[in-house]
Amino acid sequence: MGQAINDIQEELIEEFGLFDDWADKYEYLIDLGKKLAPMSDAYKTEENVIKGCQSRVWLHAEKQGDLVVFQADSEAIIVKGMISMLIRVLSNHTPAEILAADLYFIDQIGMSQHLAQTRSNGLVSMVKQMQHYALAFS
Amino acid sequence: MAEKLNIDQIRADFPVLHQQVNKAPLIYFDNAATTQKPKAVMDALTAYYEHDNANIHRGIHTLAERATTAYELTRKKLAAFLNAPSTDQIIFTSGTTAGINLVAQTFGRANVGKGDQIIVSNLEHHSNIVPWQMIAEEKGAEIKVIPVSDQGVLDIEALKGLLNPKVKLVAVNHVSNAIGTINPIAEIISLAHAVGAKVLIDGAQSVAHLAVDVLALDLDFFVFSAHKLFGPTGVGVLYGKRELLEAMPPYQGGGEMIKEVSFSGTTYNELPYKFEAGTPNIADVIAFGAALDYVQAIPAEALAAQEEALLAYATEKLQSIPGLKIVGTAPEKIAVISFVVDGVHPQDIGVLLDKFGIAIRTGHHCAQPLMQRYDLVGTCRASFSFYNTFVEIDRFVLCLEKTLQMLQ
Repeated sequence: MGQAINDIQEELIEEFGLFDDWADKYEYLIDLGKKLAPMSDAYKTEENVIKGCQSRVWLHAEKQGDLVVFQADSEAIIVKGMISMLIRVLSNHTPAEILAADLYFIDQIGMSQHLAQTRSNGLVSMVKQMQHYALAFS
Repeated sequence: MAEKLNIDQIRADFPVLHQQVNKAPLIYFDNAATTQKPKAVMDALTAYYEHDNANIHRGIHTLAERATTAYELTRKKLAAFLNAPSTDQIIFTSGTTAGINLVAQTFGRANVGKGDQIIVSNLEHHSNIVPWQMIAEEKGAEIKVIPVSDQGVLDIEALKGLLNPKVKLVAVNHVSNAIGTINPIAEIISLAHAVGAKVLIDGAQSVAHLAVDVLALDLDFFVFSAHKLFGPTGVGVLYGKRELLEAMPPYQGGGEMIKEVSFSGTTYNELPYKFEAGTPNIADVIAFGAALDYVQAIPAEALAAQEEALLAYATEKLQSIPGLKIVGTAPEKIAVISFVVDGVHPQDIGVLLDKFGIAIRTGHHCAQPLMQRYDLVGTCRASFSFYNTFVEIDRFVLCLEKTLQMLQ
C-alpha cells in the first residue's frame, strides 16, 4: 500500500512551506516540472490531448491491479510542475480514493490561480479527466 | 518639434494604473486587448446613472430628453472623429465583432451569392474570418486569403492577383492585433473598388493610434470597439456608406428599428435606427463620448511621438536578450511587440511576469491562421499606450530576463 492521498498533500504543503517568496516557490514548481517522468510518445495522441487555450496537456491512464496509474505531459513547464504534483497525489490510488479526493493542497501552497485559468492551460479539465478515468475504472 | 506629453499628469487621469499587483507596481502592457479608462469616463458613467438615467428616444419627459441628447451627442462626436458625412452613418453596436457580424448577415447575405468570393488576409483576428466563413458556407461562396510575408507585411501583389469581378467584399484589419503591422488600407480599398468589390476595415487596433478619415479613404465599412479607445466595454461603432446601409436589410428585429408595426406588415425605421434594435447600451455610449473628448484633447502628434519612442526603445532592449525573436517586423507598426524565446513556452513567461506585476498577453491572440503561418503555438505580446513609460519598459526587460533565468 502506498501513502494516503492526504498524507501526500500534507507533504507537498510542507515542502512549499519552506519558501518565503514566490520566486523560490516557482523555481521549485519549475523543477518539479523538469523532473516529471517523461510520457511515452505512444500516449501523446490526439485522443489523449486536453486542449487549453494556450497550451496542451496529454493525459493517459491505465489500471494496474486495483490502482489507477496516470502519465501526463504539457508544453508549458509551469503546467508540467502542476501535473507532476497532481500525479504524485492521485496516481497509484484506487478509483474510490481518487473520486473521494479533495485537492486542498493546491490552495494551501498558493497555486490555485493555475486551476482558475480555466481556458488557458487545461489543468481544470485534466483534474476532471483524471476523475472520469477513476470512475470508468471503478 | 512636437510638444512632449506630460506623462505623470496623464497617468494621474488613469486610476487603475496606480496599484500594486502581486506586491509590485502594476505595469500594464496589454493595451491591445483593452485600454485603461480615464477618470472622466467613470465620472460620466456615474453622472449619467445619478442624474439622467432614462430610456432614450421615445420618452417625452425631461430625463428621457437629457439621456437622448447625451446619447446622440456621442454619435455626433464619432461622426467628427471619423470625418463621416452624417451622423446617420454611425451605428452603435456592442463591439467590433458585432459590427462585422452585422455586415456579414445583412450586406453579405444580400450581396454574396454562389460562386462569389470574399477576400480576407492571413493577418486577421478570428472575428474577421469566422463571420465571413459562415456566410460563405451558407451561400456557396469562397474565401480567399491575402498572404503575409515573414516580416508580417501583406502581399499586395498577391491581392492584385486575387481580385476579380467575383469578389464581393475584401475584409482586412487596419492594424494586426497579433503583431502590430499597419496595413496599406488606402491601396487595398482602391484596388478592391477597381473590380467593384466593397471593403470592410476592422479598425479595432488602429483607432487608439492612428487617425481615420472615412471620406478620404473612400471607406465602405469601418468597425471598431470603444473599449480599445479608452471607453467602456460593450460599445462598438459601425460606419458605412449611406447607399450601402440604406440598401442593406435590417439585422435584428425589435423596438427602435421599426417605423410602424402591424400584423399585415412592418416598415423599418431610417438610418441609423434601422440597425439599433432594442434599448441600446445608453450609459456606456454616453461615457464613450467622454473618452473621445479625453483622447482628442491630447495633441495627436505628441501622442504618436510618445508611442513611437516607446516602441523603438522596447524593440532595441528586447533584441538584446539572447534567444528572443520578435515576431512581426513590418516597417509600419503600431506600438505592439510580439515575441518568442527559444525553448520557452509563451504561457510560462506570462505567468511569471504576472508575478512581477506585469500584464502582457500570451497565446495565439485569436489569430490562429497567422500562428500557423509562422509555425508557432503562440507568442508573448507587449502592447503599449501613451500612458506607458520608459521606466516601465526597463523594469519589464529586467523582469523578463529574471523570468527567462528561472525557465531556462
